Amino acid sequence: MSTDTKLNAPLRPEEDSDHLTGKVLPRWAPAASMVIALGLGVLVLLTGVTIVGLAWWVVALLAFLLIYAGWTFSVEGRRHATDRLATALVYLTAAAAILPLAWILITVIVQGLSVMNLEFLTSTMRNVNPRTEGGGIFHAIIGTLTQVGIATIISVPIGILTSIYLSEYGTGRLARSITFFVDVMTGVPSIIAGMFIYTMWILTLGFPQSGFAAGLALSILMIPVVVRASEEMLKIVPNELREGALALGVPKYKVILKIVIPTAISGIITGVMLAVARVTGETAPLLLTTFLAQDVNWNAFSGSQASLPTFIWDQIARGTQASLDRAWGGAFALIFIVLLFYSGARILAAIYAPKER
Amino acid sequence: MSVPVEEKSESPAVTAGSAVRPADRNFRGLTTGAGITVLVILAAIAAFLIWRSIPALQNNSGDLFTTQQWLPDSDPPVWGISVLIFGTLWTSVLAMLIAVPIGIGTALFIAFYAPRRLSLTLGFIVDLLAAVPSIIFGLWGLYNFMPYLVPFAEWLASYLGWIPLFTNDVDLYTKSILIAGVVLALMILPTVSAISREVFLQVPRGHIEASLALGATRWEMIRMSVFPFSRPGMISAAMLGLGRALGETIAVALILSAVFEINWRITEPGGNSIAANIALKWGEAGANGRSALIATGLVLFIITLIVNMTARWVVNRRKEFSGAN
Repeated sequence: MSTDTKLNAPLRPEEDSDHLTGKVLPRWAPAASMVIALGLGVLVLLTGVTIVGLAWWVVALLAFLLIYAGWTFSVEGRRHATDRLATALVYLTAAAAILPLAWILITVIVQGLSVMNLEFLTSTMRNVNPRTEGGGIFHAIIGTLTQVGIATIISVPIGILTSIYLSEYGTGRLARSITFFVDVMTGVPSIIAGMFIYTMWILTLGFPQSGFAAGLALSILMIPVVVRASEEMLKIVPNELREGALALGVPKYKVILKIVIPTAISGIITGVMLAVARVTGETAPLLLTTFLAQDVNWNAFSGSQASLPTFIWDQIARGTQASLDRAWGGAFALIFIVLLFYSGARILAAIYAPKER
Repeated sequence: MSVPVEEKSESPAVTAGSAVRPADRNFRGLTTGAGITVLVILAAIAAFLIWRSIPALQNNSGDLFTTQQWLPDSDPPVWGISVLIFGTLWTSVLAMLIAVPIGIGTALFIAFYAPRRLSLTLGFIVDLLAAVPSIIFGLWGLYNFMPYLVPFAEWLASYLGWIPLFTNDVDLYTKSILIAGVVLALMILPTVSAISREVFLQVPRGHIEASLALGATRWEMIRMSVFPFSRPGMISAAMLGLGRALGETIAVALILSAVFEINWRITEPGGNSIAANIALKWGEAGANGRSALIATGLVLFIITLIVNMTARWVVNRRKEFSGAN
């Protein structure tokens, strides 16, 4: 590099002959700017000076951006100052995305663990005064598992068969409109799914409020997620496998059932688990289809059934410290179940991921 | 794919393969049926919501679009949806204004700034944010996050209060549209970020390397080769985020103080949204009240349908033209 620079130097005499790329900030410049800015922030904190009412860490942040960009501008010029400012802002946004998640998880774990014990897990809210301590979430866990189970049983066959149609058969306008409307269905608000099941299942067909109705509502939210995930997996199954089997005279349905599906099965299971994780935390559709219950209801087809999300909703609404503690306990159990499915799915996906796409 | 089978049947030696096997036909029919079910469900949602909202729409003695009251169970029933539509759009747009820059920034970080290992982890973490149930967002937002946002709202009101939007005459800063908007922004962040990341990764490697080779800084590369290519994708990411925010129920219901009036001031307590109103009023509503709530649900369904369909249309149109990869 240095020899090239020397060769070029006479052609552009106005430039510093030692730097083809112009002057560059030292590597410790970001850290130094950060320390100075932090010092300024702490100074503001200690002296109690207020700069248009900004908190000390906001002052430090703005000072960092100003110092860093200004320094770059004076040494490297405008283009690099913009670039470094953009880099700093991009890092900041990434931090802003992570911070709330960490905050939520820590809060739920700390608050939840303070009420979590065996008794909380195994007792119900039957005959428990909402103002006093005691009671538990056993009924809610049973309800959530029942409803999510029903939703899974309904939506997995429909979802997987639809994805098979889309990836193996469909070509024309029907396939295109199904693809489009599956995407649109992903965006249907969860409360609308609950409202639809209420109008159809309860109001029109005359069935009672039940855990099954809640499961139906959840399955509407789950179907599009299963379709998308499973279709994606079926599409990366190599065509050579299908062609080889077809050339040997295997009927197409057998090719799909014995070759394509087994190849993609780990990915499909991952997708289903992610879909389960997604619907487990839904509250709104349950409020409209099964509402609240304080005791275990083993019958999914009749009567209100509790669930973890509606349990939390109910306990928040009671508005006492004891009920709020229970809400955090419920939140801990809920997030534990959701994360169990979620990380299980991710681990499975990582183990069986196709090595190249 | 069925074509080669038919060609084979022209050979006289093979007779068994000449007709389509019944099992094949049945299986195909089964999968097609499942696919059509999806279309039927969507159509049925619209049909049932329209049908069940008709009673309340017919006996409403207020005006659907101008009445700012919610008394559908009184006699005569008086109710209107303008307040709810306003609150829904206002909280969602606010959420979008916050979430889109942060989401795109996060996606840029994952796609172009972070080392590979870190970018995988970060992608996992952002997806994890999407898995947090909305009731937990609401619980955390109400009891843990709001105390930290109140000083910010106070700051907005005292230093920017001369802008009507930030004026606060009631001296209360909790349960405001601003706070709901920020919490909603966190909830739609994963949507915006995941879709932006996807389109950023589709930018042809050649464009990126060419601009870097011409001496562009990383930001210039992003501005001049990444953004022009992925603008439609970013627009639809924003719109899908908006669609999610519009339908978000529980967090909004917990955080807003559910006042039934139109108020532009984002730092004052108040606000309402279609979905939150349904969740809050459903339990106590009578037959006509539920019918009116279903009517508002129909409006929400139509709004989200339009937003989502537009977003998908923009993305799909892009797909057809991105022959570069």
